[in-house]
Amino acid sequence: MNDKEELNQVKEKRTLWEKNCYSKLVKDNPEQKKKFENLSWITIKNLYTPEDVAHLDYIKDLGFPGEYPFLRGIHSTMYRGRLWTMRMFSGFGGAEETNKRYKYLLEHGETGLSVAFDYPTLYGYDTDDPHSRGEFGKCGVAVSSLKDMEILFRGIPVDKITTSMTINGPAAIIWAMYIANAENRGINKRGIGGTIQNDILKEYIAQKSFIFPPEPSMRLIIDTFEYGFKEVPRWNTISISGYHIREAGATAVQELAFTLGDGLEYVKAAMERGLKIDDFAYRLSFFFNAHSDFFEEIAKYRAARRIWARELKKLGAKKPRSLLMRFHTQTAGVSLTAQQPEINIARVTLQALSAILGGTQSLHTNSMDEALALPSEKASRIALRTQQIIAEESGVTNTIDPLGGSYYVEWLTDKMEEETYKYFDRAEKLGGVLPAIEKGFYQREIAESAYKYQKEIDENNRVIVGVNKYKMDEPLSIPILEMDEKGEQRQINRLKKLRRERNQSKVDKNLDRLGKAAEGDENLMPYILDCVHAYATLGETCNVLREVFGEYTEPAMY
Amino acid sequence: MERKIRVLVAKPGLDGHDRGAKIVARALRDAGMEVVYTGLHQTAEMIVESAVQEDVDVIGLSLLSGAHMTLFLDVTQLLKKKGIEDVLVVGGGIIPEEDVPKLKKAGVTGVFGPGTHCEEIVEFIRKNVKR
Repeated sequence: MNDKEELNQVKEKRTLWEKNCYSKLVKDNPEQKKKFENLSWITIKNLYTPEDVAHLDYIKDLGFPGEYPFLRGIHSTMYRGRLWTMRMFSGFGGAEETNKRYKYLLEHGETGLSVAFDYPTLYGYDTDDPHSRGEFGKCGVAVSSLKDMEILFRGIPVDKITTSMTINGPAAIIWAMYIANAENRGINKRGIGGTIQNDILKEYIAQKSFIFPPEPSMRLIIDTFEYGFKEVPRWNTISISGYHIREAGATAVQELAFTLGDGLEYVKAAMERGLKIDDFAYRLSFFFNAHSDFFEEIAKYRAARRIWARELKKLGAKKPRSLLMRFHTQTAGVSLTAQQPEINIARVTLQALSAILGGTQSLHTNSMDEALALPSEKASRIALRTQQIIAEESGVTNTIDPLGGSYYVEWLTDKMEEETYKYFDRAEKLGGVLPAIEKGFYQREIAESAYKYQKEIDENNRVIVGVNKYKMDEPLSIPILEMDEKGEQRQINRLKKLRRERNQSKVDKNLDRLGKAAEGDENLMPYILDCVHAYATLGETCNVLREVFGEYTEPAMY
Repeated sequence: MERKIRVLVAKPGLDGHDRGAKIVARALRDAGMEVVYTGLHQTAEMIVESAVQEDVDVIGLSLLSGAHMTLFLDVTQLLKKKGIEDVLVVGGGIIPEEDVPKLKKAGVTGVFGPGTHCEEIVEFIRKNVKR
């Protein structure tokens, strides 16, 4: 990429082309826009040539798949060896209904599970808590105790399939329920695999399902890191997430920068606790959004791998596996339109393709009806089929990182990286990630971008098909998921029965021990597991921690 | 000088999706209204209390979790119970078509789903504000 003589020729020829060919044509036939920009408002040139990547050293900056800096992929065979995990995020109503959906998706070729919990569960409340009013099973499944977890995974081989759980504030407790369920089924916890999201920093920044203040939250997270590599070594104890940051309005650059920034913060926190980086770093995983600007997304994933590997090395990681930025992707919920919902299938296909060309390890594809309600069975099956078509018909999996070496993609990958480091510097100047959160830095940046994006749509400067162009006045014609109205009562009855029948003195004793341990600095995972095994509920266990840790509230700003 | 329209933008319940609420708050502000944003995790009591305290003309509710049939109606019922009849209530979020007439009947006069132009909300408020 840096033969000097050839570069000079390209430069010369390009200048001539601009002058004699391109400019003339544009003068007579103006281009469709004055300025071409991607979703991070980065200006995109008309053409990229070897000049734009002349500074790159192939071996050092791109390298080979499975080798540092992992730009071209974390595995040396990538999808030729094994496809990504098709992992559909799902959950609604009670554990029985969701268990049925999981079995349905598995029957249709899904290869991993991903649990969506309802809001009460995300906030550590039982279904019968007054805070849970109106929310049972609405945007996920309700899990209030180990009993519910048992039903959720009934008949599902948890020793063979991996499960990802989107849970943050009470992640340690929900994880303990998953472990306890496996143990009760006679499965060794060292053999189970999966992921807990467990990323509290992005909760403060974007998703807002936090419970405790930052300090005890970070402690709980590091507790899971430590317990994980010692006792449940196949488990990803965090999924450092840009998805929600993006959904809240961030640009691709902001998503990348804030997420990797959060990731480095966790590494530093764990090292401060005395953990060795090579003991835990290989169990850190990531989660990104796949939005609509195709090449920008691909560049984002590629840049993320290189930045992560470099920064982990700087922090002292020695083992290659510690440097791998492994990630899950979900297509952008926010890009789905309620208008002409069927066309969302096309959007999702393109977004999914960008994630795959970007080298994702697992993927969720959104259903066409998600701007209206939770997905129906048919809509989620079509979304899964979309992945299967890309995997098995399109041929894009035949070679590794097929866009590597593209002048445009390599230039853009570099550009994303450059912009990311600018954000790292800005956060550093504010004192680091936590002070930047306290000052509302990320939150403001995201709100600004969200508003700017919306204004462009409202002013017709950004096309959203079906919303501000190619509109139709047709009545909606897709069926919406209907939930079992008796689900909530069934769940409440189950909770009552549980509280009646369990060994209450054991519950009280274990909760009490957890509270005392929380006041000290021991790892809380074993205590939490004892509570869960005794069928203490999620709410009861969380309340013990609320008593000791207090609760986080955020200042209102817009 | 004409009094500016005062709006309370509120997030009831546990839902943390605040992108829409924040965008609408900014759009209403830019359209010359005075906007108070409650922040997250509000109960109906907190919302009505803030509306009274801030003397607002409009309450804008935002919810994406699907709990609107309970949590929006908690607010309109409480307003009714307190005899507050001159406050316009509007709402937005992921709301299935079939819920819209039910919400309107219960007093959520304007319902706005994904893809709504901000100007449409501004116009609706200007036209329907009760005082």
